[in-house]
Amino acid sequence: MTGSVGIVMLVHTALARAEQVARHWAAAGCPVVIHVDKMVPRTTHDAFVASLADLPDVLFSRRYRCEWGTWGLVAATQSASERMLAAFPAVRHVYLASGSCLPLRPVQELIDYLAARPRTDFIESATTSDVPWTVGGLDEERFTLRFPFSWRKNRYLFDRYVALQRKVGFKRRIPHGIVPHMGSQWWCLTRQTLSAILQDPERSTYDRYFSKVWIPDESYFQTLARQYSTNIESRSLTLSKFDFQGKPHIFYDDHLQLLRRSDCFVARKIWPHAERLFEAFLTDEASAMKRTEPNPGKIDRIFAKAVERRTRGRAGLYMQSRWPNQDWENGVTSGPYSVFGGFSDLFEDFEDWLGRATDARVHGHLFGPKRVEYGGGQNVMNGALSDSAAVRDYSPRAFLANLIWNTRGERQCFQFGPADAQDITWFIAKDPNAQISVISGAWAVPLFKSNRNFADIRKEAAELQKIESEFLNTLRSPYAKARIRIWTMAEFIEAPMEPLQSIIDEIGHRALRRLAEAPKMADLSGFGQFLQNLKNQGMHPHLMGDFSLERDTSVPAKQPRKPYLVQ
Amino acid sequence: MGFWRTYRLRLQRKRWLIRAFRKRRELKAIVNRTAAIKPGDILLFCTQRNEHVRHPYFLKYYRDMGVNHFLIVDNDSTDGSLDYLADQPDVSVWHTKASYKRSRFGVDWLNWLQRKYGHGHWTLVVDPDEFLIYPFSDTRPLRALTDWLDASSIKSFSAMLLDMYPKGRIDEQPYRAGQDPLEIASWFDAGNYVIERNTRYGNLWIQGGPRQRMFFADAPEKAPALNKIPLVKWDRKYTYVSSTHMLLPRGLNLVYDEWGGEKASGVLLHTKFLDTFAIKAAEELNRKQHYAASVEYKAYAESLKDNPDLWCKWSEKYINWRQLEILGLMSKGNWA
Repeated sequence: MTGSVGIVMLVHTALARAEQVARHWAAAGCPVVIHVDKMVPRTTHDAFVASLADLPDVLFSRRYRCEWGTWGLVAATQSASERMLAAFPAVRHVYLASGSCLPLRPVQELIDYLAARPRTDFIESATTSDVPWTVGGLDEERFTLRFPFSWRKNRYLFDRYVALQRKVGFKRRIPHGIVPHMGSQWWCLTRQTLSAILQDPERSTYDRYFSKVWIPDESYFQTLARQYSTNIESRSLTLSKFDFQGKPHIFYDDHLQLLRRSDCFVARKIWPHAERLFEAFLTDEASAMKRTEPNPGKIDRIFAKAVERRTRGRAGLYMQSRWPNQDWENGVTSGPYSVFGGFSDLFEDFEDWLGRATDARVHGHLFGPKRVEYGGGQNVMNGALSDSAAVRDYSPRAFLANLIWNTRGERQCFQFGPADAQDITWFIAKDPNAQISVISGAWAVPLFKSNRNFADIRKEAAELQKIESEFLNTLRSPYAKARIRIWTMAEFIEAPMEPLQSIIDEIGHRALRRLAEAPKMADLSGFGQFLQNLKNQGMHPHLMGDFSLERDTSVPAKQPRKPYLVQ
Repeated sequence: MGFWRTYRLRLQRKRWLIRAFRKRRELKAIVNRTAAIKPGDILLFCTQRNEHVRHPYFLKYYRDMGVNHFLIVDNDSTDGSLDYLADQPDVSVWHTKASYKRSRFGVDWLNWLQRKYGHGHWTLVVDPDEFLIYPFSDTRPLRALTDWLDASSIKSFSAMLLDMYPKGRIDEQPYRAGQDPLEIASWFDAGNYVIERNTRYGNLWIQGGPRQRMFFADAPEKAPALNKIPLVKWDRKYTYVSSTHMLLPRGLNLVYDEWGGEKASGVLLHTKFLDTFAIKAAEELNRKQHYAASVEYKAYAESLKDNPDLWCKWSEKYINWRQLEILGLMSKGNWA
């Protein structure tokens, strides 16, 4: 049945493309009524009309000014639809399209599809409370406020006036008997439904009401179709994807394969210069549009991901176009990492042991005062990070965030102590990705082992104790969000394997396996006396916990410790 | 931001515009084909000195991308580049012998040309050794990007400078005219960039890369700025403040998202480090016409004596824009 599907086309730019598409519809036997925006200059318009003069089934309707979000679009659609219904009595379905819509499937398939569903109206139509589509906070209020100012040209007045109405509590009355619905402005209605809307005795009331509604082209037909249609299928036959601001995504040449696999009849919006797309989809049916396996989900995924990237971004990434304000990072760093305080002081081979026990990359003191101690003695790290302490200290946060970002997929572990640069402490304490384990006071072990004058040792011990105290206060602050474990040294050496096991379990990967081997603890005989000596000199080391002189002698008596843990 | 600060920035913007207006006399038009510029054309503005060997590829690269007209200021070249440029059908070229430094490193000259010819156009300001990469740049022309920016009401587009370098000594592989410089300088630093926000102008300040790693390891704060906003829908009221690092009015500098999302951005591949660099560095050091008393060039000269190999084990080899996107150096934002 030819001529059963009529196309109403709203056109405002890229007229040459519109002409191509109109010819394509007409060639398949679909009558076309085109509305050209009144903003298009007269000469351009006349040339466009003349270019289509050879097609008897392409007509033009009265022109209206179509500014986005205003009544003009509805008025244009009404008059073009009226023209369509009057001029082509055979038309059963009217398809509303734009100049940048492109048929993706042979037109005959659309005609057959609609012929098989002669009473169905395809129009996306949902009540405002049911859908979260709307952007900018205006959903319900579209129908109850007034919008005399242009959103595009006069945003300030638009916003002020909305605010004023909210404050005053102004509400428009919705005409009796209608329930506002919204949906895609691209629909396909049956002659019965469309003519019922256009010939409604109450139409002037509705028109008057909707002419002041915000973006009426998304609600006028969507609402009124509910009044008359016997069979609404609430979806649009036009594939149209919207970004986070509610404007349509544009399709380019590189979307060709994607569009081929969509099972939609029509897609918008097509970039006017997308040569390959127009060429591929507007050629004769036999050769082109080879039907490939439809996979419409892929389009959804790609565009959903684009919105996600624009609104949420990639966690832990700081770059030229993503610089989140504090607490808006949605992930201070990009992945979990572990910080060890005091472990490499207490255990002689801790770093090697940790490397063997886990899959993680184990570094030395990344914040060491002289240089960045990358694992394996490297002097450059992933992403070409320098080992210069000056570069690191220039922005410690950027340094650590970069390191974690550059090594995505591999867990990083590093040692941290009071002798290191301390500027990073708040950053890691507040980062939920950080697993921080501290044996407080273990920094005294290297001092204890050192061959230095006691006065120097005493001075340094006092300094380190002060720094570590501050670090522990940071970790205990209510703002700390890291996974934090703190033991005093005395506590820890009582039963070292249990805490080690739980840390390793949390790091994961090779977990599920019991630790077969313990790291080798430094020989602590005489350590209690060492602490006592510090005390005797007036420096009270308190972070280590209780090391009594008696116990001090008893611990080494047990040596050598068992190298294997027996469970 | 208080009224007072807004007002001061406004005054400053006016000052740069007046300065550009004064500096216009330093420019002598050699060939002015700007009458051929059509509404909606994409324009490229550039200052250059003795870059003749780079011109053939540079022009081809941006012609293929969809730039319609080139407006170039030649700062007293002696290598014949002026004649070459004057012969190109889509190039307008001005000549000046005036001081590069006193034109604020060419900014004044280009501000003037942009004000005069760029109003209402998308304008791209790049050096002859900078090559713009944007999302989908391998499949979509520049006009696709600018149309999308227009549709999204975005007026400025960020493209950070990414220093490219060869593997091995910088002077090992000679660069021939017409050659793609990325064939030689195909490596870059992927993840050692440091960002601060400039509260005065609202722009981000990015440092890092091989220059900080090699030349400024002891004084990282002196490393050159890498943030750039080269693509702007120009209005005669706009002005670049310092190179293309930042603009006034300051709203144009807000090319980044502050609430966790990513805006679309590109990268300027900076192919400075070719065999031509050593000669250039020596010359620039003598001329003392560069930023901050040419501190950058002093540092280069110092390091170049020894072993000019910027490559390291963790250097990344350039493949395409998708690679840069995955590495987090640029973003598609919500362009799909």
